[in-house]
Amino acid sequence: MPAELDARFAALGMTGRKALIPFLVAGYPTRERFREVLRTTAAHADVLEIGIPFSDPLADGPTIQAASSKALSAGVTLDRTFAELREHFPKDGPPLVFMITYNQVLAARDFVARCRDHRVAGLIVPDLPFEEAGELRAQCQAAGLSLVSMIAPTTSESRARQIAAAAQGFIYLISVAGTTGARGEFAAETLAYIRKTRALTDNPLCVGFGISKAAHIRQLREYADGFIVGSALVNAIDEGRERELLTQLRAACG
Amino acid sequence: MTVTAERSGRFGAYGGRYVPETLMTSLIELEAAFEAAWKDNTFRTELASTLADFVGRPTPLYAALRLGRDWGGQLFLKREDLTHTGAHKINNAVGQALLARRMGKRRIVAETGAGQHGVATAAACARLGLQCRVYMGALDCERQRPNVERMKLLGAEVFSCEGGTRNLKVAINEAIRDWVSGPDETYYLLGSAVGPHPYPTIVRELQSVIGIEAREQFTRREGRLPDAVIACVGGGSNAIGIFAPFLDDPVALFGVEAGGDSPEHGSCTLAHGRPGVLHGAMSYVLQDADGQITGTHSIAPGLDYPGVGPQHSALKDSGRVTYAIETDETALSAFHELSRVEGILPALESSHALAFARRYLGENPGRRVIVNLSGRGDKDLPSIMARTKGQAALEGGHHAR
Repeated sequence: MPAELDARFAALGMTGRKALIPFLVAGYPTRERFREVLRTTAAHADVLEIGIPFSDPLADGPTIQAASSKALSAGVTLDRTFAELREHFPKDGPPLVFMITYNQVLAARDFVARCRDHRVAGLIVPDLPFEEAGELRAQCQAAGLSLVSMIAPTTSESRARQIAAAAQGFIYLISVAGTTGARGEFAAETLAYIRKTRALTDNPLCVGFGISKAAHIRQLREYADGFIVGSALVNAIDEGRERELLTQLRAACG
Repeated sequence: MTVTAERSGRFGAYGGRYVPETLMTSLIELEAAFEAAWKDNTFRTELASTLADFVGRPTPLYAALRLGRDWGGQLFLKREDLTHTGAHKINNAVGQALLARRMGKRRIVAETGAGQHGVATAAACARLGLQCRVYMGALDCERQRPNVERMKLLGAEVFSCEGGTRNLKVAINEAIRDWVSGPDETYYLLGSAVGPHPYPTIVRELQSVIGIEAREQFTRREGRLPDAVIACVGGGSNAIGIFAPFLDDPVALFGVEAGGDSPEHGSCTLAHGRPGVLHGAMSYVLQDADGQITGTHSIAPGLDYPGVGPQHSALKDSGRVTYAIETDETALSAFHELSRVEGILPALESSHALAFARRYLGENPGRRVIVNLSGRGDKDLPSIMARTKGQAALEGGHHAR
């Protein structure tokens, strides 16, 4: 089955535009506000990533951790997220990607089929490394979903080649070792790492962790195909300026 | 049946590595480094001399004759409470600290529940001149105050974790988050037989010294094998350490989980959990229908954990080990019995194993059992005193009526 994400990146590639991939915590900050934010974000996004909150995240920095914990306390679940998307995600919205931990995937019944039925085009499972991902990758492939692979600065070259060879949709390039969260400028070594990974694969490369402003995208756009913005967007939502931030990021993506 | 980790780090369906990609290279390096060290005579010799001179091994196998008579059988205690720093945790801490130094890592992070692993790690790091930071849940900092002070005196930085359940689970989350921020420089010294491969195997190998000694001491003394070996299970490091050398023997093995103050509030991961992924490994996990990890309760902070080592999950499924439950109340009464009859204050964690031994001997009179007395109870004095006072007040109230 042709995967929706592949088609989206192929179309972007022809225009030379970079993909803007905003990240939202499902149900955050409140049910009403989430619906509003969902519509605004969908209008600015090439791909939209939605994080399903988890009680014990390992890769989330303080901002997303706090947002997830708040959403969980408000009763956000996978079922409720599916229901919200069914009702409130625009019909002409961009492809959706879920970020979800492997324990939640295992706990959910018919997870991949339900994702497909709700127009979820891809999955990011941050605690499911390449070696353990075979079964879910096959299920995703059969359903036309993409299981997005991650590469980190600590990933060796031979390992990065293996990961890239099995990649579906796009490759999530973790910009720096650590947890998610807004940071300052990117160091020269980060640029070198992105360039090195670029040389390994023709798959779309999307950079995440620490992308918080248009200047970051302009600094890195020469080397990457897309940008994932999470913590900075959560902060902007808290301050009611998400539309402003998304407009700036959109402009930087060209 | 022996269940050992294959190269892939699997114990049947359990184990594996479920961690962010950022940590994968470190885990692969750690696996290679441990395999090389374990085959290296120089490393093994240094570990053996550290265990002898710094830790105080071998620890005695003590025949608790009076308490055994009261309970209707023969009770032997493997005295891990007599090790330096007062619990079996030191066996693993010194081994991994030597490994970290060999790998050229200068900065150690660790989690701790009861504080025993934190104290052991702080001591091992002080001895080797390594920098040490320990994460500990805020609730555990309160109820194991003496251990927080000990860690600081040994030169460790103690980070109290305020988030979520404020116990061991949160401390592990924070330690992993720290590690993921600098995996090249930092060594994560995990204290239980949990976590991603190769940790469950490393911890088992380093803790197996308990079972190797106990088996040798018992057979030399009694001329036969024991009928049963009993240990408490939180993550399960003291249990796997004493069980491992008995797995191929005709000896009944019992792991004892903490039932807390009521069946639904306990930390009985193997009894009430279902397979899932927590802290990097596939194993039984206490979770709700959506896969969110549920809160636990036990009077014993070292057992207060919603996960369990993956090898225990495999040993449960194969039936080689039977997992039982003892509550706060039965553990406390065993604590008091051992203290008064044998003059030994056991850790509240180990008291769960003792409580099951009492039950087992009651049902199987005349049997000979070994209990892994994994730690000493000094650290628990604040919570035991608070509880005893509460009970005295309650009883005083009854008398007044």
